[in-house]
Parts: sequence; C-alpha cells; structure tokens
Amino acid sequence: MPIDKAYRARTSAIVACLLLLTPHLAYAVMPDGMEMPPSVTRNVPANVPVATSSDQVEIGNFSFSPMALTVAAGTKVTWTNHDDIPHTVVSDDDPHLFKSPPLDTDDAYSVIFQKPGTYRYFCSVHPKMVGTIIVKAP
Amino acid sequence: MSKSITSDVPQAADEQHGTNRRGFLKCGVWAGTGVAWIMSGGIPRSMSLDLVDTALADAASFSFVQISDSHIGFNKAPNPDPVATFRQGLQRIKSLPTQPAFMIHTGDVSHLSKPDEFDTAEQIIGESGFETHYVPGEHDILIDDGKPFFERFSKSADGWYSFDQNGVHFIALVNVLGFKSGGFGHLGEEQLAWLQRDLMAQSASTPIVVFTHIPLWMVYDKWGWGTDDAAQAMSYLKPFGSVTVLNGHIHQVIQKIEGTVSFHTAYSTAYPQPAPGTAPNPGPMKVDAGRLKSLLGIRDVNSLSTTQPLAIIDTPLSA
Ligand SMILES: [Cu+2]
Repeated sequence: MPIDKAYRARTSAIVACLLLLTPHLAYAVMPDGMEMPPSVTRNVPANVPVATSSDQVEIGNFSFSPMALTVAAGTKVTWTNHDDIPHTVVSDDDPHLFKSPPLDTDDAYSVIFQKPGTYRYFCSVHPKMVGTIIVKAP
Repeated sequence: MSKSITSDVPQAADEQHGTNRRGFLKCGVWAGTGVAWIMSGGIPRSMSLDLVDTALADAASFSFVQISDSHIGFNKAPNPDPVATFRQGLQRIKSLPTQPAFMIHTGDVSHLSKPDEFDTAEQIIGESGFETHYVPGEHDILIDDGKPFFERFSKSADGWYSFDQNGVHFIALVNVLGFKSGGFGHLGEEQLAWLQRDLMAQSASTPIVVFTHIPLWMVYDKWGWGTDDAAQAMSYLKPFGSVTVLNGHIHQVIQKIEGTVSFHTAYSTAYPQPAPGTAPNPGPMKVDAGRLKSLLGIRDVNSLSTTQPLAIIDTPLSA
C-alpha cells in the first residue's frame, strides 16, 4: 500500500518521537529514520511519547507471528527474535519509517505507533519474511 | 584427502540432498570422497583426483579455491566454534597438491557484520597467506548498507569488480543489496549495466567465472534462494563458450548445467542448511558433531588450460 507524500511527511514527524527499546539499549529514531548511536543510559528525549498499551510480534520459524497485528494508536509493538539466526524489522516504505538493527537470538525491538494506518514491513535479511501492523484510531 | 572417485553423474538423491528434482546435479562428496566434475560440451563427466593432479603438472594450468559462508560470530548448534572450522578449511587448502593462485570468498564472512567478526576473519585469512577476492553475503551488510564490509574487503566502492587470471575472466557480483519486501537476491540496473560493459570487452572464447553470494538461478522460491534479475545477467553471458557461476548462501553443494553455463553452490565452513523444502525453515541443520564436518567444506577449482573446462572439486572437512 503506497503512502502518499503528505501522509508520509506527517508520519515522519510522528516517527521522530518513536522510542525503540531493546533489553539493554535505548535508541531514538530521528525524523529521517536514521538511528542515533545506542545510548547506554535510559535517558530518553523529553518529547518521546508514552505508549498507552503494548503488544507483541514473535519472530520464529523464519516468520512474523501474528503476520498481521491490529493495535490501537499509541500502542508500543515489540518484536522478539526466537530463531537462532538474526532477523530485522524494516518498513516497506522508502525511506524506511522504521528499521531495526540486526536482532540476534532473544533481541527485541519496539516501535510506538501513534498514527492510524497500515504499516507493512519485512526482514531485510530474509525478504520472504513479511508482516503488517494495522493501527486503528483509539 | 580421499582420492576415491564416485560414479558418473548425476548422483541419485540422498538423504541430505534429497530433492531429486530434474536439472539438479549432485556431488556425492558428503560420504567423504573427493570428486571432480569435468564440463565438456555441456555434458558433465566425473574425473578422478589423480588425473586432475597429473593434468595440473602442466605449467599452463592454475587453480583457485572457493570458500564461503564462514559466519564468524555464529555460536549455536550445530557449530559453537565456526572459527575453528574455518581454520580447518584453510588448513585443508594448504594441504592441496597444487596450491591455489588465490581464494574467493562468496560471502557471509561474518554473522552479524560486527567489526570484531570482520577482524577475526581478516586475521585468519591473512595468516593463510592467500590473496582473497570477496563478495558480501546478506549477513555482511547489516550495518550502514555494507559500508564497513566494502571498505575493508572490496576492490571497488560499489563492491562489484572483475579481474583476469591465466586467460580466465573473473567477475565478482553483489546481489545482497536492495532487497524488496517479499523478494529475492538482487543485482540492480547499475550493476547490470556495468556487467554488460565489462563483458563487451571480452571475446566469446574467454572462459568466464562469475561469483556472487545468492544463487543466480532459482534454487528454491519459497526460501528466497534465487536472484530476481539474474535472467538479465545470464542473457549477457549467453554468447560465451564457457561460463562457471559460483555461489554460497545455501550451505550445501547443488549443481546445474544449462547449455554452456554451469552453476555451483558451495559448502559453508560454519553450518549446513537443509536441502530445499526438507525442513520447516532454512535455519541451521542441527546435526551431531560427528556428522558436522561431512557437511562443511571447501571447493578447489582447477583450470587445466584455457581450452579445457574447469575441474571442480568439493571437499568436505571430514575427508
Ligand atoms: Cu530474517
């Protein structure tokens, strides 16, 4: 599903506020989708929104489960890799709205989805692995 | 190395390489024997390693070695120590009767594109003393679109390049960048245009060796074991009388002949992967330690002379 430019611009502004958490590190996503260097502290920018709820996508058997997840806007979605091979979580959009670092076994990655819409993503290591997050107005 | 020879091609399917689909030729090397394929007019014939050794006494000949999928940084079943098996692969090359002119590494040098993984691989290969030509695997470009890999291992900023050795033209291609959601390996327009220009400068009688990470034919669609724009690359290679395509990525030996083109995927030195469709997913095969080294290996490629086809010998670490 192509996202038109105006929509993407609005979404990018929201993505600027995404908080990405792994068990050990905090990342912040810049408006252009580039990650800031990992910070070893838990100090996160003041403008980062607080998720109103959370949900999970499990990565296993070279697939995302559930393949399509529907959440309310404001939900923090966390992907956890249970495979013994690294995977990534990368949005289909160009430029990518979100792009995880390589997730080794037991690594996790989170995105807070503020804006309703359909977000398709894939694993950039195994592009046959695809998934969708559907964000509904709360 | 065992010098016994297996029967003429194609081998019957066995338990590991058991797809037995048409057009797949298989080397019977996991049993611990060395086997050489001689390509002659598109008809593969096996040849004893003794004969290869004799032919290689000819001063005009040379050989090179393919290593692949070293996955330095992997640390799980069935191989907690891919550094050790990588070293064993290189020792096996040292013990070859004819020392190779150089090595090619067909990608997945590292497991997670980490600097210390690249350091370790570079150090081990450096110790071997062999000049080595690289292409990246998808595990090598996880950081910064592969910039750290290309800066360290590639001979051009793009990552693709060509060179000549004893009348054979070698072409290194990159097909692990620009993956599309749901897609396959990918070469891209810019690289294809470069390939077309590079080949226009070659005569049709020049033997061509193409090496890249992901197979250039559709080995298995469901697992993404193919390259979406490979057909265009192959169309540029059609006029040539001898084309050998060497890949890694699938951690097992599968071979196919199409006209004047022979395709060969290689062993990994780290862990085996299942034959197409024989497991729920293409993850590492959890074989026991005793069997592991029969499923890892290296490839020795001998050019007896520029007028004869290449002889390709896949040797497992257990041999
Ligand atoms: Cu993956």
